[in-house]
Amino acid sequence: MKTRTINIQEALDRLQTAAKQLERPVTFMEVCGTHTMSAFRCGLHSLMPENVTLLSGPGCPVCVTSQGDIDLLIEVTVKNNVTLCTYGDMMRVPGQLGSLEQARSHGADVQVIYSAMDAMQLAQQHPEKEVVFAAIGFETTTPPTAVAVTEAKKLGLKNFTVLVSHKLVIPAMTALLEGVDVNVDGFLCPGHVSVIIGSEVYRPIVDKYKKRCVISGFEDVHMTAALARITEQARDNQILLENLYPQAVTPKGNQVALDLIFKIFEPADMSWRGLTQLPKSGLKLRKEYEDFDAELRFGLVSRETPEPAGCRCGDVITGRCQPDECKLFSKVCTPVHPIGPCMVSSEGTCQAWFKYHQPQSRLRKKVAL
Amino acid sequence: MITTTQTTPLTPAQQKRKIVLAHGGGGQLTDELIDSIVLPRLGNQVLTDLLDSAVLNQNGRQFAMTTDSFVVQPLFFPGADIGRLAVCGTINDLAVSGAKPMGLSLGMILAEGLEKKVLEQVIDSIAQAANEAGVQIVTGDTKVVGSHQADGIYLTTTGVGLIDKPNQLHPEKVQPGDVIIINGPIADHGLAVMLAREMPQVESVLKSDAAPLNHLIESVTSQTDGVVFMRDPTRSGVTGVVVELAQRSNYHIILNESNLPLRPETQHAADMLGLDPLEVANEGKVIMVVRGKEEKKVLDLLNQHPLGKEACVIGHVESDKDAICELHTIMGGQRILQKPYGEQLPRIC
Repeated sequence: MKTRTINIQEALDRLQTAAKQLERPVTFMEVCGTHTMSAFRCGLHSLMPENVTLLSGPGCPVCVTSQGDIDLLIEVTVKNNVTLCTYGDMMRVPGQLGSLEQARSHGADVQVIYSAMDAMQLAQQHPEKEVVFAAIGFETTTPPTAVAVTEAKKLGLKNFTVLVSHKLVIPAMTALLEGVDVNVDGFLCPGHVSVIIGSEVYRPIVDKYKKRCVISGFEDVHMTAALARITEQARDNQILLENLYPQAVTPKGNQVALDLIFKIFEPADMSWRGLTQLPKSGLKLRKEYEDFDAELRFGLVSRETPEPAGCRCGDVITGRCQPDECKLFSKVCTPVHPIGPCMVSSEGTCQAWFKYHQPQSRLRKKVAL
Repeated sequence: MITTTQTTPLTPAQQKRKIVLAHGGGGQLTDELIDSIVLPRLGNQVLTDLLDSAVLNQNGRQFAMTTDSFVVQPLFFPGADIGRLAVCGTINDLAVSGAKPMGLSLGMILAEGLEKKVLEQVIDSIAQAANEAGVQIVTGDTKVVGSHQADGIYLTTTGVGLIDKPNQLHPEKVQPGDVIIINGPIADHGLAVMLAREMPQVESVLKSDAAPLNHLIESVTSQTDGVVFMRDPTRSGVTGVVVELAQRSNYHIILNESNLPLRPETQHAADMLGLDPLEVANEGKVIMVVRGKEEKKVLDLLNQHPLGKEACVIGHVESDKDAICELHTIMGGQRILQKPYGEQLPRIC
């Protein structure tokens, strides 16, 4: 415990020192829900220098899912009499037909699972049920979906399909940078996703878009060290790709997982909340696996449905506004009665703000470490 | 092949018409249900206080009464089972109210088809836990429902106890300078159950902490009047208790994360399931609010008991009247604690 505290103190000191030497205020963005939550949980924001801002980008899988895809998910559950298997975070996201939690209270068969294989096995054990797995998430949750589909094909399952909403991180970061109104000085890149995709894929963001990229783990000490390093880069006018999570992230990533992903899936255009439709930013099942595509099985058509009136989740996850700049935040939109997905997911920026972030005036003076 | 049930979209009012699982999670949604449906119809001076036990006055003596239902799945998990839980939960609610348990009732709802062997195991476990607590099951009720109407066994226990020192414990007695003490490591119970339910293939040394705390608590309260409030951090965990304490006392409370006892295996399980140990249920823990000058004495007394060997101070009460609970994190940052919403949903990555 003691060693860890000293490391954090060293990282904090480096961050403070570098921040003092900055010529202008800087803004960095993390693009990972786990980073968002970890930063708030450990109180990192309360220790940040005034001239360094850390924004949360499109990293929470629930939050980036478009309203149309959420409605599709709830529609298939309510209208097609299926057993829907979902990760827990999706349960309370409001759609036009209500949330999955509410659908369950009206008799729909909705099951919270921890892995795609759980859904596949449920289908295997219950041939009488039509099981649909809501496949959301970035490169970290995609390999398990690919394994489940591979197994289902091997077993010849006829009652298992996947509603695919898997997304890719790099196109989202690129789209943000192509936008005119989002200005960041660099990214804290997600540790888990980078384990799969590797560190070199961030190279174009550094070379072409001239944005710093520092890959970070998830513990308080990892994030502080990464923040210190990226601030030092800014101070020294450097724009570099650095991997501060080398114990898990290699330059080329996990080739086995990548091969698996692209054996089952191929890149596809995908709608994102806050970013609209981005070319080749998501995944769809390859033709050989389309028997497992819930959209085809049930004739589902994804529509562009409007986001809830007044909800600024799209702006929040693209760094265009902070949660408290949304008129609904903490007034009508709360974790108990959420309006947008960022207030629902435990990785959502709005929920993290609501739960953990309060104006400094409400907190007592800082204690010495 | 696919049957299609055409359903018209639900209006917002219809969407919220029904009970959802999270209403039973012991968080904000449970509070909302109690406040909007139960209290307006049944509220009275005793019930509205919403403490762990009701305090009843009779001929100058005070009695505590409490009730709790148990629907845990799986019925058996490392360290405990539904029977042990049903005894400990109610005993502890009496004990934290300063009451000596006099007797317990046991209501059982059994599903048709339940193996008698399973029932025997559960009852044996009830007997064992009651024996540890030094209390008897003095009355009971048994009902059986269709196999699809219940999930194995549901239990309800009600307890009555005598309060030795009347009017000793209440959140309104909390003052600046008081310290907050817990008797040992947090979050073991909730995570042991979650692991057993969600990841049965994972081997872990983690065990539920379910234990009757009446002897431990009595060993303290019989020796000092320094304890002003107690609560067992069950659903909603330590966060739920301290947030409510801040709200009901109206003072600013500071918890120190680095002082919070947490086993490494519990932390690992929490990380794996994406849960915050502070919000996870305990069944053998008590949070005590103690006058500052009695801190050492209370700790010494707790440390002498097997269930209090790892007792420590985790926070204190400050003089600001803002009803906020603040966590000082290990890395020296600060954040506000808020009561969880309802059921803890696992994160996805």
